[in-house]
Amino acid sequence: MPELELGLVDYAIFAVYFTFVLGIGWWLKKAQRTSEDFFLSGRSIPAWVAGLAFLSANLGAQEVIGMAASGAKYGMATSHFYWVGAVPAMVFVGVFMMPFYYGSKARSVPEYLKLRFDEKTRTLNALSFAVMTLFSSGISMYALARLLELILGWPFDVSIWVSGAIVLAYIYLGGLTSAIYNEVLQFFLIVLGFVPLVYLGFRDAGGYAGLSQRLEHVATSHGFGAGAWKESWSGLGHANANPMGVEWFGMLMGLGFVLSFGYWCTDFLVIQRAMAANSVAAARRTPLIAAVPKMLFPFLVILPGMIAIALTETAGPGGFALPRNGSGPDYNMVIPAMLAHYLPPGMLGLGLTALMASFMSGMAGNVTAFNAVWTYDIYQTHLNPKASDQHYLWVGRATTVVGIALSVATAYLASHFNNIMDFLQLVFAFVNAPLFATFLLGMFWRRATGHGAFIGLLLGTAAAAAHHGLSLPGDAAAGIKGGWIAIVTHYPSEMAQNFWTAIWAWSTCFLVTIVVSLLTRRDKSDAELKGLVYSLTPKVEEPQRVWWRTTPGIGVLILGMALALNIIFW
Amino acid sequence: MNFDIRLPIGLMFGLLGLLLFAFGLFSDPELYRRSLGINVNLIWGAVLLVFGASMLWFSHRSQRRRST
Repeated sequence: MPELELGLVDYAIFAVYFTFVLGIGWWLKKAQRTSEDFFLSGRSIPAWVAGLAFLSANLGAQEVIGMAASGAKYGMATSHFYWVGAVPAMVFVGVFMMPFYYGSKARSVPEYLKLRFDEKTRTLNALSFAVMTLFSSGISMYALARLLELILGWPFDVSIWVSGAIVLAYIYLGGLTSAIYNEVLQFFLIVLGFVPLVYLGFRDAGGYAGLSQRLEHVATSHGFGAGAWKESWSGLGHANANPMGVEWFGMLMGLGFVLSFGYWCTDFLVIQRAMAANSVAAARRTPLIAAVPKMLFPFLVILPGMIAIALTETAGPGGFALPRNGSGPDYNMVIPAMLAHYLPPGMLGLGLTALMASFMSGMAGNVTAFNAVWTYDIYQTHLNPKASDQHYLWVGRATTVVGIALSVATAYLASHFNNIMDFLQLVFAFVNAPLFATFLLGMFWRRATGHGAFIGLLLGTAAAAAHHGLSLPGDAAAGIKGGWIAIVTHYPSEMAQNFWTAIWAWSTCFLVTIVVSLLTRRDKSDAELKGLVYSLTPKVEEPQRVWWRTTPGIGVLILGMALALNIIFW
Repeated sequence: MNFDIRLPIGLMFGLLGLLLFAFGLFSDPELYRRSLGINVNLIWGAVLLVFGASMLWFSHRSQRRRST
C-alpha cells in the first residue's frame, strides 16, 4: 500500500489531540495526594465515566484492527465476540461480581484473591498478570510503530519512543484518573473518527442491499452457503460450514462462556476502572453502562471488514481493494486501507488520530494495571510491607517509568520475533480461562479453600498448555501453533483450537479446585468470608421500586437487546 | 476541586470541529472525489462542533446545579 499523504490540517489535528492528552495529565497532577488517588482515582469516578473507561481500556489495537480483520475473514459470525461473548460477561460481572470486588475493599484483583483465599494464590495471579499486561503494552506499542511506519513512513524507533514518552508523561502526572479521562476522550474519538468511514464504505458498497448481494458472492465463491458472511449463526451447525471453522457448542462454551467471562470478570485492566467508581452501585453499573456501546461496536469495527472484503472481491478495478499479502488479502489492513481510500485530508487526520488513540489507550491501561499490581501485590506484600502511603505513591510513579521501559523492550523483542503476538494470545488463554473457574468457585462456594484455588489454577493452566501441545489446527505445522508434545487431535481452525483449549482449561481448574478444596481443611471461617462470598453477604439494597431500574433489571434489559441483535442477524 | 471531564472533551471536540469545518469551507472540492463527492470535513466538522458544545453545556449546567 503506498504511503498516505498528510496535509497541514492533519498535523494540526494530531497536535490538538496530543496537547489535550498531556494537558489532562498536567491538570490532574495536584489531585494525586495518596496512593489510592494514584492507583484507584480515590474511588471517586462517576458511573458513566467509569463505564466508558471500562470499555475503552479494552478497546485497543487488537480490537480495532483485529475485529475488522476478522470481519473480513469470517463475516458476521465475528459478532459472537460481542453479542454472545462480551455482553453477557459484562452483565454478569456487574450484577454478581462487582459487589465483591468493590465491597471487599480489595485494591486489585489479586488482592481479592488474598482476602478470599491466601497469599500464594494472590502471588500466582499477580505474577502472571503483571507479566502478561506488560507484554500486552509492549505489543500495542510495537503494532502502532509498525503501522505508522507502513502507512505514513514514520521511523519505527521514533514512534516507539514518542508514544512511550507521551503515555509515560500523562500517567506519571495524573495516575489512573488521567488514564481514565484519556480513555473516555479516546472512546469518543474512536466513535466520531470511524463513523464517517463506515458510512462512506457502506454507501460505496450499495447500502444494505448492495452489501448483502456482494457478501453472498463472497460466501459462495469461498465454498460456503450464501449466508456465511452476512448471517451470524448460519453454518454453525458444523465446523466445515462456516469460515471460522467452529461449531455452535465450541463457540458457546469456549467463546461465550469461558474466554469472555474469563476476561471480563477477572482481568484487572478493566476491573480496575470499575473499582475506581464512587460507590458500589456505581461500580455495578460500570460494566452495564459499558455493555450498551459495546453491543453497537460491531457496526463500527466488524462492518468495515465485511465491506472491505465485499468490495475487494466484487468491485471492479478502481474500486476499493485490500492490499495483498503473500497469497491472500492482508486482512490487518482493512482500516488503514479504507482510511486511505475514502477520507480526504482533514477527516483523514481525525481517523488516524482515532487509530493512534486506540493503540495508546491500550498501552496506558496496561501500564496503570501493572503499576497497581506491582506496587500493592508484589512490592508491598513481599518486599516492603511497612512503608508509608507516600512511599507507595512514589513507588507507583517509579513503576510507571520502569513499566514503560519494559514495554519498549518488549516492543523491540516483538520486532525480532514474528510469533510473539501469537505467543501472547496463547499465554492469555492459558491463564485467563482457568482463572474464571477460580473466581466462580471463590465467589459462590464458601467451601473453596486456598489450596484448592492454587492447585486448581496451576493444573488448569497446565491443562491448557497440554491441550495446545497435543492438537493442531488446520494445516499448520507443529510448533507455536500447537502439536509440540505430540499430535493427538486436529481442529479445523485456530479459533476452534483456541476455544477448546479454553474449555479444557476451565473444566480442569473447576474440577480440581472442587476436589482439592473438599480434601483440605477450610482456612477461612464464615465470619472472615463475609462480603467475599455470595451466600455470606447481605444483599445490596437498591431504593428503586421499578424493576427495570434496578441493576439486575438493567442487566436483563441489556441481555434482551443482545438477544434481539442475535436474532436480527441470525 | 473540580475535574469535570466534560470540560476537556467539549473543548477538544469543539476545537477539532472548528478546524475541520473551516478547512471544509475553504478547501478544493476536488479533494472530495474520494469521499463519494461528499464534503465530509464540513459536515462532520459541524457535528463535532455541536457535540463539543453540548458537552460544555452539560458541564456548565451541573456546575450551576452544584453551586445553588
